[in-house]
Amino acid sequence: MRHLLGIEGWRREEIETLLDRAEAHLPGGSAQSSVLQGKVVANLFFEDSTRTRTSFEMAAKMLGAQVLNWTAQGSSVSKGETLLDTVRNIEATGPVALVIRHRSSGAPHLVAQHVRCAVINAGDGTHEHPSQALLDAFTLRRHWGRLDGRTVLIVGDILHSRVARSNILCLTALGARVVACGPPTLLPVGLRELGADVTTDLDAALPKADAVMCLRLQLERQTESFFPSTREFSRLFGLTAARTERMKPEALVMHPGPINRGVELAPAVADGARSVILEQVANGVAVRRAILEVCS
Amino acid sequence: MSASVLFSRGRVIDPRNQIDGVRDVLVRDGKVAAVSEAPLQIPDAEVVDARGHWVLPGFIDLHVHLREPGEEGKETILTGCRAAVAGGFTAVVAMPNTKVVNDSALVTELVLARARAARLCHVYPAGAITKGLKGEELAEMGELLSAGCVCVTDDGRPVMSASLMRRALQYSTRFDVPVMVHEEDLTLSGKGAMTEGPTATRLGLAPIPSSAEIVMVARDLVLLEESGGRLHIAHLSCEGSVRLVREAKKRGLRVTAEATPHHFTLDDTAVGPYDTHSKMNPPLRLRRDVEALREALVDGTIDAIATDHAPHGVLDKQVEFEKGLNGVVGLETALGLTLALVHEGLLSPRQAVALLTDGPARAFGLPGGHLAAGAPADVTLVDPEVEWAVDAERFFSKSRNTPFNGRLLKGRVTQTWVGGRLVFADGQIKESR
Repeated sequence: MRHLLGIEGWRREEIETLLDRAEAHLPGGSAQSSVLQGKVVANLFFEDSTRTRTSFEMAAKMLGAQVLNWTAQGSSVSKGETLLDTVRNIEATGPVALVIRHRSSGAPHLVAQHVRCAVINAGDGTHEHPSQALLDAFTLRRHWGRLDGRTVLIVGDILHSRVARSNILCLTALGARVVACGPPTLLPVGLRELGADVTTDLDAALPKADAVMCLRLQLERQTESFFPSTREFSRLFGLTAARTERMKPEALVMHPGPINRGVELAPAVADGARSVILEQVANGVAVRRAILEVCS
Repeated sequence: MSASVLFSRGRVIDPRNQIDGVRDVLVRDGKVAAVSEAPLQIPDAEVVDARGHWVLPGFIDLHVHLREPGEEGKETILTGCRAAVAGGFTAVVAMPNTKVVNDSALVTELVLARARAARLCHVYPAGAITKGLKGEELAEMGELLSAGCVCVTDDGRPVMSASLMRRALQYSTRFDVPVMVHEEDLTLSGKGAMTEGPTATRLGLAPIPSSAEIVMVARDLVLLEESGGRLHIAHLSCEGSVRLVREAKKRGLRVTAEATPHHFTLDDTAVGPYDTHSKMNPPLRLRRDVEALREALVDGTIDAIATDHAPHGVLDKQVEFEKGLNGVVGLETALGLTLALVHEGLLSPRQAVALLTDGPARAFGLPGGHLAAGAPADVTLVDPEVEWAVDAERFFSKSRNTPFNGRLLKGRVTQTWVGGRLVFADGQIKESR
């Protein structure tokens, strides 16, 4: 493997091999820490990010790499430089891998066709966010051992979510059932072809879920009339403390961050006993170390 | 060059005159002089041995973008005409959405003058419906038509105001000219980049629902019925639109429609993974829409195959998918893709030829499109058996944006004659300027 453009096309064994490798990258694990010694990993963030960028940066540094952090703000993008020109110029400085976050779906695919080094998709538009799905699967696997027969409920704006797409592909590949839940306006057509079941009734779906993954609601979707108000969204699709009582006793709560506290997820639930949100973040470093090791 | 040319012993397919068989065609002084079942002996004629070839009326494309004036880096009237005759087209209708919009006699005259200078094929300008294609006020239809425009259209954009569209149709009845429409409700298509469906969901591309086209087709058919006029629907792409047009024709409304080779050949899956050469407007639709278009080609709901030839430069396409400009070049692949439907057994050769000749000629009331005595000597010779692979690098068009590069096609244009003059033969343009 050279690029990580998405989960699409990955077989179960390939995903499991990568997650096994990530185990070795956990604190105290057996993985070599110097495989990227003397090499450069370039973080290219055309869109804002806290978690993913710092996570990739830390992962690369822990493997011994130098990290070039490039962001679109203050770059020549505002002067009209094209994506390919920007990327080719950064490639010319000699990185072994480009970690790319971009607002356009497919941007990493375009870049991968025009560079020689590895391209790692750190989230493209509303397409995929493969490292997030891998760390989510990793987190669930550490709790459950195997995902077979488990049900993961993904709640919120599925239409615009790259996290949802990658997770549907990744979790179903590992044997889980994925149910996508949200208002009908935010459920894209063809989710079943991707492998997910679909519902618009959160309360009915909650008791069957082994984990509930809440997605960040982008507040500007309200002005596009995908839903009437965040108030009504919370009423129908927010994971409140009261709703968690409908969940299985052991069921987990996840969120890829950043959270709109009180919109899709109540603060008490985000910080409560079921929440594995900070585990997700911690596991992200190990999973990204494994990704960089495999791709570079 | 002699004034008389005899196309000898080819298979003449002339749908309007119900001819499909071996004939001799004599052209003289730029017109068809005779079509004969018996071999003709014409001492002073240049003889073209057409055995094994189809001898067809020159093709007519109701929908091309020649980009001049304004975007000559993508195409010029000269290079567009070269691509046309290489594809067997002897007449093209040039869309007005150039970078100086054709909404005045001045631009129409410039297009006609450049086309005359190119001296390759007929170029019929289309004038804008609204000034600057802004959809706000009517352009001077009378002036445009008297300068030489053959239809009016805001192609590339819809006329979003129903009231303005109604006025355009009403006003056009004074001239009995087709009003050609690009059907897209912009509030429904929004920022969409490809057709709504499983592929768009998988690729995470903003979806364009079919309703964006269908509601506008429905609206304009209602307006047509009320206002009169002639409506020509460009690049029909959805099953639902086909159904509406079929029903409107049954009721006798004066509506015509075209379909592009890319819409009746490819479905939305051609977009994966992010191939901007498969990005166009309307977008490639679902398989059931492709099937509906094919049925509509068979049953006459669609009158003409038109390419929507839309040249773009490499830099317009080598970008993020959502930034990629819409459109594909089509003049040099249209015949092969149309004949694919013949090889599949869907269309008869006569139906296929009609969709490229008689159908478009009738839809716009253009000369040509048939080979009766007195018709313009616009003749296309086709070798129906030759197999070839599309090579975009060898296009005569200035642009290379095609999703069909490398595709194997069967049937190719070998000669193109315009007004009795050879303009394309054996892969070469015959320019005489």
